Amino acid sequence: MYEISGLTKVYDGKRKGEKVHALQGVDVVIPDNDMLAIQGPTGHGKSTLLQLLGGLDRPSGGSLKFDGQELAKMGEMQLTKLRAQNFGYIFQGFNLIPTLTAQENVETALVPLGIPATERRERAVRALTEVGLGERLGHLQTELSGGQQQRVAIARALVKEPKVILADEPTGNLDEETRDDIFALLERLWAERGLTVIMVTHDSALSKRVPRLAQIKHGKLTIKRERVDG
Amino acid sequence: MFFTYLGRELRRRARQALVIALGLALGIGLAITVSSASDGVKAAQTDVLKSLYGVGTDITVTQPATRGSGGAQSFGFSGQAQTTTGTKTTTASQDTARVAMGSGTLATTTLTKVKALSGVSDAVGSLSLTDFNVSGKLTQSFTQAPSTTGSTGSTGRSDRSGSGYGGGSGGGFRAGGPSGNFSFNQTTMQGVDVSDMTIGPMSSVTLASGRELSAADSSAAVAVVNSSYATQQNIKVGATETLGGTKFTVVGIVTTSSDEDYFLPLAEAQKISSETGKVTTVYVKAASSTQISAVASEIGKTASGATVSTSAQLADSVSGSLSSTASLLTNLGRWLVIGVLAAAFLIAALLTMSAVGRRTREFGTLKAIGWTSRRVVRQVLGESIVTGLIGGVLGIGLGFAGALVIDKVAPQLTAAASTSSASTTTGGFGGGGGASRFRKPANDITVHLTAPVHLNILLIAVALAVLGGLIAGALGGWRASSLRPADALSKVA
Ligand SMILES: Nc1ncnc2c1ncn2[C@@H]1O[C@H](COP(=O)(O)OP(=O)(O)OP(=O)(O)O)[C@@H](O)[C@H]1O
Ligand SMILES: [Mg+2]
Repeated sequence: MYEISGLTKVYDGKRKGEKVHALQGVDVVIPDNDMLAIQGPTGHGKSTLLQLLGGLDRPSGGSLKFDGQELAKMGEMQLTKLRAQNFGYIFQGFNLIPTLTAQENVETALVPLGIPATERRERAVRALTEVGLGERLGHLQTELSGGQQQRVAIARALVKEPKVILADEPTGNLDEETRDDIFALLERLWAERGLTVIMVTHDSALSKRVPRLAQIKHGKLTIKRERVDG
Repeated sequence: MFFTYLGRELRRRARQALVIALGLALGIGLAITVSSASDGVKAAQTDVLKSLYGVGTDITVTQPATRGSGGAQSFGFSGQAQTTTGTKTTTASQDTARVAMGSGTLATTTLTKVKALSGVSDAVGSLSLTDFNVSGKLTQSFTQAPSTTGSTGSTGRSDRSGSGYGGGSGGGFRAGGPSGNFSFNQTTMQGVDVSDMTIGPMSSVTLASGRELSAADSSAAVAVVNSSYATQQNIKVGATETLGGTKFTVVGIVTTSSDEDYFLPLAEAQKISSETGKVTTVYVKAASSTQISAVASEIGKTASGATVSTSAQLADSVSGSLSSTASLLTNLGRWLVIGVLAAAFLIAALLTMSAVGRRTREFGTLKAIGWTSRRVVRQVLGESIVTGLIGGVLGIGLGFAGALVIDKVAPQLTAAASTSSASTTTGGFGGGGGASRFRKPANDITVHLTAPVHLNILLIAVALAVLGGLIAGALGGWRASSLRPADALSKVA
């Protein structure tokens, strides 16, 4: 799915001329139907890597290939299309559109695919039912609990039937019980659908349960545990 | 999704949308009110011009008075040839009709030539006269002035007391200051073309009682009386009035804002003033409004020495609160509208930009999940245009309210022909101009300001609303388009 070598990302720092080397040469291969958890201290580049994987930002150097295509060389339109079709991104802070209902939020993921309104609605309802929110279709973000909001975000990522789910601390803001529910949900989807799931997590309890574990420190990635069954 | 999202945004962020919409509404409402009032003023000006110059008069032609002729009032006491020096006491009554002060005359042949010009659809002539009626006892001393020949007759000018004395006959005597008791009465009258009253002074009168003049009256000693004068003098239909020494039967009373007291058939007016074949004003109607200035210059060539005034020039010469309101509306009003609209546009743009700034994460998220920049910009633009339209609707409401207030209050405006000038040129004020200087006060025309809201103003208002929304939306959209998908992770909620 992903072939990554020598990947770097340099940000402009706060002061002028200052550079932040968020990623300093990441090499990793992520096969299809992998479930990879990325750990690491805060500020060491986890979110940065996930953004590059999701096509939200462009690398500064190195090679980042998705299904054999070099993301860095893609045009903006092509990259946007890739985001729309293949990547289901789950944000750390849920990132729901505050004025839209749960169902409409899920529908936004189908809008760029040009899916007709009735089918869009059906699929959104199905996705929300799948994450256990069939009863909360018309609710706004403010009328939902944190766990429910994260389920909406997951439904939004799933509804387009992407190849990859990229989740940035999907359980970060949730209590333990909810965290387990959400993780179980992702695990189930991964197992049932043959998705590739890449998630960033601080949570050591979660990292124990994932098949493959990596760590990022100072912008470099190391695999901590390989998948045993695969 | 476009409309769902748009509707949700506007409803859930109603306050922000309302602030923008109200700003635009204020500008648009003001624009509607001011332009309606402007239209009202224009309509009032047209009305005033109509009453001053008759319906459909595009051009007037007048002749400035030449010094010592025309407008001069000289009147003598008939049969009073002076042969001796000494003191003379005269008991007399004198009634003469002369061409109005300051006016010269044009020959009717000029009228015929004007009529024949291409681009002239109609032309009529009128003769404005002033009737002086002096009666009483006059005591005057005479001294012989041997070196003086012929005429001390015309004094050339007259002062207000009417003391100018010129014996038509028997020169050689200089008149001393007169003293005595005599009443001086002055009225104005206009001889009108009874065969064509579609333009000119009679086109704008309304009949109050009796009948109007008709073509059959062309050589009849009949007159219609201005209702304001009739009321003042208690003149009724059927009365007999002596004008220029001739008895006229009053056949009708008419309401008009013209200064003239009497209207008589042109031929009669020419007869009593001995101005056969002469008119003081020619009223011209052009074949089309676009031809007015071309026709005016043609007339200028045909009737050399005459003053040719177009309706636009005539409008400029109307003074009074009507014209000051008109200039207030066109100057201050226009800038006020532009200022308020510009401020509203600016506020709308700034608020929209800052709203987009606050929605950085929202738009970043949409881009991150695959929305194109174009789609995001369209969303922002759509919201903004709808906000603008709401502003337009509210603005139209405000505009109507403003116009309604003006209509209800209906401020009274007065208009007067500019009479302050003492120049002998009447500046296009054929008809009453010369005479009204002599009489005071001049007939002010009172009109009520209205503010008719025309459809085209509403269309412009809607266009302005959309424009405001478009400007704000374009700037907001421009800002939204610069957001990146990675902004989904931005700290801005
Ligand atoms: N847009 C940006 N501009 C400048 N510097 C950035 C930007 N995004 C991240 N950085 C910097 O890059 C480094 C890596 O950040 P990143 O967000 O990837 O860390 P992280 O591992 O996700 O941390 P956390 O666990 O706190 O989420 C940090 O030093 C951060 O300050
Ligand atoms: Mg992070």
